[in-house]
Amino acid sequence: MTSRTIRLDVNGVSRSVTVEPRRTLADVLREELALTGTHVGCEHGVCGACTVLWNGEPVRACLLFAIQLDGASLTTVEGLADGERLHPIQEAFWATHGLQCGFCTPGLLLTAKALLDENPNPDETEIREAISGNLCRCTGYHFIVQAIRAASRLRTST
Amino acid sequence: MGAKYFGAAVRRREDPRFLRGEGRFVDDVTLPGLLHAAFLRSPHAHARVRSIDATRARGMPGVVAVFAHADLGRWMKPLPVFGATPPGLAAAVRFDVRHAAQWALCKDVARHVGEIAAMVVADSRARAEDAAEAIDVAWEPLPAVADMVAASEPGAALVHPEWSTNVAVGFTHGIGDAERALAGADVVLEETFRIQRYVGMPLETRGVVALWDRRDGTLTTWNSTQVSHFVQQGLVGALELPPHKIRVIAPDLGGGFGTKASGYPEDVLVPLAARVLNRPVKWIEDRREHMMAAAHARHQTHTIRLGARRDGTILGLADRIFLDLGAYNVWGIVLPYNTVAHLIGPYRIRDMKVDVKGVVTNKTPNAPYRGAGRPETVFAMDRAVDCLARRLGIDPAEIRRKNYIRPDELPWDFGMPYRDGNPLVYDSGDFPAALEAALDAAGYDAFRREQPTLRARGVWRGIGISGYVEGTAIGPFEGAHVKLDLTGRVQVATGAVNSGQGHETAFAQVAADTLGVPLDWVTVTGGDTAAVPFGVGTFASRSGVTAGNSIADAAREVRGKLVAAAATLLEAAPDDVEIDDGKAFVRGAPGSAVDLGKVVQASIPTFAKPGVAPPDFEASAYHHVPTVTYASAVHVAQVEVDRGTGYVRLLRYVVAHDCGKVINPTIVEGQVHGGVAQGVGGALFEEMAYDSEGQLLTGTLMDYLVPSATDLPPIDTVHLEYPSPRNPLGMKGLGEGGAISPPAAIANAIDDALSPLGVRITETPASPARVLASIETARA
Amino acid sequence: MKPAPFEYFDPRTADEAVALLTTHGDDAKILAGGQSLVPMLALRLARPTVVVDVNRVSGLDGIAQQGPALAVGALVRQRALERWAAERVPLLATALGHVGHAPIRARGTVGGSIAHADPASELPALLLCLDGVVVARSARGTRTIAARDFFQGPLMTALAADELVTETRWTVPPAPAGWGFREMARRHGDFALVGVAVALTLGRGAIAEARVALFGASATPVRADAVERALRGQPPTEAVIGDAARLATAGVDAVSDLHAPASYRASVARTLTARALADAVARAKDAA
Repeated sequence: MTSRTIRLDVNGVSRSVTVEPRRTLADVLREELALTGTHVGCEHGVCGACTVLWNGEPVRACLLFAIQLDGASLTTVEGLADGERLHPIQEAFWATHGLQCGFCTPGLLLTAKALLDENPNPDETEIREAISGNLCRCTGYHFIVQAIRAASRLRTST
Repeated sequence: MGAKYFGAAVRRREDPRFLRGEGRFVDDVTLPGLLHAAFLRSPHAHARVRSIDATRARGMPGVVAVFAHADLGRWMKPLPVFGATPPGLAAAVRFDVRHAAQWALCKDVARHVGEIAAMVVADSRARAEDAAEAIDVAWEPLPAVADMVAASEPGAALVHPEWSTNVAVGFTHGIGDAERALAGADVVLEETFRIQRYVGMPLETRGVVALWDRRDGTLTTWNSTQVSHFVQQGLVGALELPPHKIRVIAPDLGGGFGTKASGYPEDVLVPLAARVLNRPVKWIEDRREHMMAAAHARHQTHTIRLGARRDGTILGLADRIFLDLGAYNVWGIVLPYNTVAHLIGPYRIRDMKVDVKGVVTNKTPNAPYRGAGRPETVFAMDRAVDCLARRLGIDPAEIRRKNYIRPDELPWDFGMPYRDGNPLVYDSGDFPAALEAALDAAGYDAFRREQPTLRARGVWRGIGISGYVEGTAIGPFEGAHVKLDLTGRVQVATGAVNSGQGHETAFAQVAADTLGVPLDWVTVTGGDTAAVPFGVGTFASRSGVTAGNSIADAAREVRGKLVAAAATLLEAAPDDVEIDDGKAFVRGAPGSAVDLGKVVQASIPTFAKPGVAPPDFEASAYHHVPTVTYASAVHVAQVEVDRGTGYVRLLRYVVAHDCGKVINPTIVEGQVHGGVAQGVGGALFEEMAYDSEGQLLTGTLMDYLVPSATDLPPIDTVHLEYPSPRNPLGMKGLGEGGAISPPAAIANAIDDALSPLGVRITETPASPARVLASIETARA
Repeated sequence: MKPAPFEYFDPRTADEAVALLTTHGDDAKILAGGQSLVPMLALRLARPTVVVDVNRVSGLDGIAQQGPALAVGALVRQRALERWAAERVPLLATALGHVGHAPIRARGTVGGSIAHADPASELPALLLCLDGVVVARSARGTRTIAARDFFQGPLMTALAADELVTETRWTVPPAPAGWGFREMARRHGDFALVGVAVALTLGRGAIAEARVALFGASATPVRADAVERALRGQPPTEAVIGDAARLATAGVDAVSDLHAPASYRASVARTLTARALADAVARAKDAA
């Protein structure tokens, strides 16, 4: 149970934190780094609420131990907006009612970002498949899918 | 009241914080010196606690305390029960109701897997869990009862032996003369339908944080609850404090759906620990705890007899209903009677009789969940109607056209009470119009023409219809408080908790219109007991109607005070003063306009003079609703069934619905979508499964299948608007409706797809294995 | 739901890793992608006292193809192999598309999935279908284990407690070859109720070779030998396929669980085998 001090680059800021091996990345982001936008919905890798980007790839923060991530570069939901200006994906979710309770939203935003970074013009089937690992219990996904399509148009038009 | 905002698709004002990851959910609440709780829960469905030895656990690193029932005996009282029978209902129906004490910490017997045996408080959650594992409990397993029908029979093992039965709620009820109607029918369809146990499963689990302040003897608790005032009432008894010494705050909620509207052991245990230890304590339910200990729902069996003439006119129905209530009867007659009150739905039926048994079993206690008896009863009824239609060779759309109550027949009086004890009378709506609108949007006729061609190509597609009429917005009231600050900006507080329904936007729309201020001036908070002394909470599709009308009432009163003050300030008659866009002015003299902030400020006394009016720009309202409002809808589902695997793909889904006057159509549409998604879950995927010994088989989200984006089709929504005469805003409830009809509509569609094979779906979820088995049964 | 405490090691070389396994034996668990292990730790269903994180072990993340021989380092992420295979080995890419969801595959490793040996997961069946071999290393040396010998039961393999999977080797079907992959799961990304992978080559109007592997149906993935024998040398007609597919569950001891009884798995195994074979024949004809 030897703790270690690790360094993480989170949203472009270098952070140093001492962690016990059993601490998950999700818990460390939330409790040590006060980045509570990463939500914990199941702690067994199914719901997708804790999804963050590691080198641009979406990963489950509840299935990683923070101790594994020394030197890693991460993006969390707090890193999406540019100061006061929301990210186009955030704007699109807002405009199309792509969220209700807001608990799954951070994971979905980051999953959508990874999708659009790799495939700027996904069709509906591709969108649904890309977000199939992110459970939302409020929206029925209808407006989330529309939001990602809108974000895709927003991004490709600018 | 001007309608600048009411009815407008305003973007939600709560969204930016959620989009930035800056919501404040209960797990985001942190306090200096915070301790963490974990619970040791029963691994048995039914077992006596012979002894609990926490010696090892108490000595483990970081452990502050371990509590079993005896350790907190001084504080232990039975948990609150809900749903007392209202007088009007008790007068009409003879209920046989039994309750048994449920203790926050199991006293001597655990009656379901997940019941709490001991609580550990430590300096971290992980260490609390380490210690919980080290508590030695001597369990003596007792015979468990898992099947609701078997449990109701003599000789079954008893969950509460002092009752000498497992039937916790029993009654018969009828209107007209069902047996005579059935005897006079050309055909009587009889079938048994089963609806599984499935649950709300909010993405955020439950959680409680409690802070005891010994200086003034005040307890503050943040609880992911839909009903903060109920939690407060529970704590008044448990902590022996007056309500004003207990502040319950519902922070942002990650969904609720009814699961968070029940009373729970942890609501009490976490505050108790904070008080006893004089340290703040946090407990966040983990998903495994949620599966085994947060309220379960649904789970009914209906044996229905439906009689009709050869032309399809339905004459009467009889239904024998069993409900599995889990280990404790927490909600009294609520679920059993809701089931009965919604059985007939949109059908013109004057003769009905029911025999109802709510049965306790060794499972997690049930509570109302989005629909609360309606999805089950609508499944039984609409499946029976389709089976009848097939037997008579009538199209499912046609039999509904023939039997739906016409708008000219409203108000339709059942001659029996609703669950609130008031007469069950449909207020407004047009069920045939909803049927036609849904069929039209779904392309029903075109599909019927195409279906034979598809079948010839080996494509098994079907279409299914289900409709419901739902008593919504149960009273008796909701609390609201409206007040202006020194700049004229508006604070609205209500007992209604926002768990994703957009209250901060919709209620601001109501308040802004009523007061005559810009939307941006209004801040809405819900579920803080310190802000509103009396409240009820968010459940039963009630907040829009109950809180909306209370907010309108309170805002109207504040507006009157503003008008009076402005009249003095403007030296005009009150009748000549108008308010719009945050300014008061004399009618016809826009140049006189003065900012509402100025009106407030002019009312504050100065050294030189008193104000123009008392500086009292606030009001409370507790709008009383006479009874529920009846929302209604027709759903149409289109499916394709893989005959080789039994897999059902949902192709299209259409909802035509009426929820009266709409504050914000975008929010309304989102609510419909979300309800449908949960209904699809019940139709095809979700089940809380137990084995015959009462062991929970679905302990994780790997086993309990919440639908994902690939499991749901786009959803078409047709809005119909028939205002309710029962409240000034003309609204009806909305939140639950979407979840009611999908199991029936989808099962009907599966039957329709496979109709040449003679398949009959009588049970949900319609899993591939179940569908394939029914194909094979039909073929045999 | 927090894991029980454990000691953590993150060796940089395979030698260091196997030395740790030798020292700690059954008390140690290897952590690769962690997509199966970490949930088991969180649920305290697995409680090793030592976790050996191999993610920083160098040299295990290569993909190399020479003719039909494909070598995949144990630490290659499933998503990386999926991308690599998209144009090269569509059977593999398609099967990988069914492994969990993209964020799971971003982290999950090829070697980890095979060593975990879930009978309902895709990669073990694919390894079996493509006549694969597992390369395992320990302080005692390196050995290869044929896929047919590797999978011994649910989550049980031929690996010893001190062995580390370093590589898997696959025999990719030669062009023009046909392939088929069919899976029945409750939801997209769920473990299969039953699935089948087919690699098939045609020659002069007859099926030259068919390799058929089933998963989800029984305690381990299995090669449908009877189906393969029935197809060899036969014309690729609907009747031949239909008759052969009926043999898919010959000798298979189908399993039951919450989501489907054994009878369902057996029935659907035959149905999906017929469909996957038909797909494979159609693709082989297209490729020819």
